[in-house]
Amino acid sequence: MDIDHTLEQSLFAEKTARQPGLLQELDPRLKILSALLVLLAVGLSRNLTVIIVLYFLMLALALFSKIPLAFFIKRVWLFITFFTGVIALPALFITPGTVLVYLPLGLVITKTGLATAMFFLLRVGTSVSVAVLLVLTTPWNSVLKSLGVLRIPPVIILILGMTYRYIHLLLHLTNDMFLSRKSRLLRRMKGPEERRLIAATTGTLMNKSLQVSSEVYLAMQSRGFRNYPRTMDTFKMRRIDWLSGVLVVMMVAAAIWLGK
Amino acid sequence: MTRIKTALKMLKSRTPRSLMIYYGIFITWLFTTAMHIPDGYLSPATSVIMFIIVLPFWGLGVRKLRQKMSSKNVPLVALFAAFSFVIMMFNVPLPGGTTAHAVGGALAAIVLGPEIATMAITIALVIQAFFFGDGGILAIGANCFNMAVVLPYVSYAIYQAITKNQATSSKRRIIGAGIGGWTGLTVAAFFAAVEFGIQPMLFHTADGTPLYAPYPLSVSIPAMVIPHALIASVVEGVVTALVVAYLLRTNQSALEFVKKTEIPVELSGFAKWRALWIGLVVMIVIVPIGLLAPGTAWGEWGTEQFSSLGLAFIPQGMAKLSGLWSAPLPDYNFPALKNANLAYILSGIVGTIVIGIVAWLFTMLVTLRKTEAR
Repeated sequence: MDIDHTLEQSLFAEKTARQPGLLQELDPRLKILSALLVLLAVGLSRNLTVIIVLYFLMLALALFSKIPLAFFIKRVWLFITFFTGVIALPALFITPGTVLVYLPLGLVITKTGLATAMFFLLRVGTSVSVAVLLVLTTPWNSVLKSLGVLRIPPVIILILGMTYRYIHLLLHLTNDMFLSRKSRLLRRMKGPEERRLIAATTGTLMNKSLQVSSEVYLAMQSRGFRNYPRTMDTFKMRRIDWLSGVLVVMMVAAAIWLGK
Repeated sequence: MTRIKTALKMLKSRTPRSLMIYYGIFITWLFTTAMHIPDGYLSPATSVIMFIIVLPFWGLGVRKLRQKMSSKNVPLVALFAAFSFVIMMFNVPLPGGTTAHAVGGALAAIVLGPEIATMAITIALVIQAFFFGDGGILAIGANCFNMAVVLPYVSYAIYQAITKNQATSSKRRIIGAGIGGWTGLTVAAFFAAVEFGIQPMLFHTADGTPLYAPYPLSVSIPAMVIPHALIASVVEGVVTALVVAYLLRTNQSALEFVKKTEIPVELSGFAKWRALWIGLVVMIVIVPIGLLAPGTAWGEWGTEQFSSLGLAFIPQGMAKLSGLWSAPLPDYNFPALKNANLAYILSGIVGTIVIGIVAWLFTMLVTLRKTEAR
C-alpha cells in the first residue's frame, strides 16, 4: 500500500541523512542553495554531454556520501522510465529529421527524435537525482530550518515543519481506520461500497484534522506561543563549507557556460 | 505542425491498430498522473514566470491568514496540508478495475476558502517536491499555479455560484462540490497542458530539437485534458461530493467554516481592485518575455512579414491600407530609446495608462448621464 511505502521511505531517508558521509557533513543551507544552482544548470543546458557529466557527478557524490548506489539509481530511474519514458517514447518516432535507424513496421528513429527523447529523459533524471540526493543526505528538520536562506517567511517554515510531523500522524490514523474496517469484513467490498467507505474515511480524517488543529493551537498557547516562531539557529559555515560553496559555484558556472 | 501530422499518419497506416489502442490507453492513463510536473519538463524561464504569477496569490493567502484568526491558523493550515497530502494517497476504485487519486484542492477550497486553500496545498506540494520527488523543485511555481491556485479558485467559484443563498443543509452543496471539483481539476489540467505545449515552440536547438517537453499544444492539450475530464477530474468531483455529503450528515459546522471566520472588510477604490491592479502590473512586467519568442504574434504580421511567410503576393487591399494608418508608437518602440526591451515595457505602461484613462472617462460619462437622468 502507498501509505506504508511513504512511511518507510521517509524513515529510510532520515537514516541515511544521519550516517557519516561527504554531503552529510556540509552545511544544509549550502546544500539547498547548491541543489538549486545545479538544478538551474541542468535546466539551462543545451548540451547533452553537460547533463550527462552532471548526472555522473551526482552519482559520485552519492557514492562518497555512502548511499547505496543501486538504491539511488533504482529510486530515480524506476519512476522515470515508467513515467517520463513512456511519455517521451512517441517523440522518438514522430519528430522529423534525418533517419538514424529503420525498424520493423516502417517505424523510423530520427536523429532529432533521439536527441529530443534523450534531452527529456536525462534532464528529468538528473533533476530528480539532485532532489533525491539532497533529501537522502539532509535531515528534514535541517532542510526546513535552512529554507530561511531562501527568504521564506518563518511562519511558513513553521507550518511546513508541523505539516510534515502531522502527515505521519494522519498516515497512522488512516492506516488504523482502514485496518479496523478490514478486520471486520467478511467478503470483498463492491466498487460503490468501497467509494462510500473512502469518502467516509476522508470526511472523518478531515474532522479529526480540524479537531487536532484546535488542540495543537491550545497546546501552543499554553507553551507561550506569541504569533512568532523562534528557532535555535545552530548552523555555522566552516571553512570546508565555504570551500565547497566556491567549488559548486565554479562548477555550475562552467556547466552553464559549456551548455549554452 | 503539418510535419508531425504526416508523421503520425504514416505511423497510423503501418502499426497494427490493437497495438496503438493499447498504447493509447496506457499513455492516457499515464497522463492523468502528470499533474505533478517534474523538473525538466519546463524550461527554467517558464518556471520563473510561473513563480512570479503565483506570488500575488501567496501574498493574498498570507494576508488572509494574518487577517482571519491570527496564530490559530498556523496549526489549521498545517493540519489541512497534511490532510490533503494524505488523501492524495487514497486510491479510489473506478469502474473497470483501475484506481485514481484525488488532489483534494476542491475540498480544501470549500472548507477553508480559496485563499487559505492555496497555502495548504502549496505546503503539501512543497513537501512532496522536496521529500518525495513528486513534482520538481524548480517546477514548484508551475505546480502551485495549477493545483494550488487554479484548482481551488475555479472549484470554489462554481461551488459558490451553485450554493449561493442556500441553507447549510442544502443538498445543492453536494452537486456544487461535485461539479466544482470536476471543473477545477479539468481547468488545471488544461493549464498544465499549455505549460507543456508552449515549450517546443519557445525552446529548441538550432535544428529544431525540442529541449524540454517535446509535444506542441495540439498534442499536449488533448493528451492532458481528455483523460483528466474522463478519469482524474471525475474522481476529484466524486470524492469532493461524497465528502461534502458525509459532512452534511455528520459535521455541518465544517461547511460553515468559511462564512464564520470571514471578517467583512470595507473595500473601496484602489483596495477593492487591488488584486486586479497587482495582476495588471505583473502582466506588464512579464510581457517582455514574449520577446523571447521568435516572430510576431499569430495574426499580427505586418505586410512585409506576409511575404516571408511564404505568401507570394500581398493582398492588394492590404498593401494599400497599410500606409493609411501610422501608429503614434510604431511597433511599440519609442524612437528615442535605444533599448528595445525597455521601450517595449514603457509602451506597455503607456498603453495601459491610455486605456485606463479612456475607460475612466467612459465610466465618468456614463455615470454623469445617469445622475443627470435622475
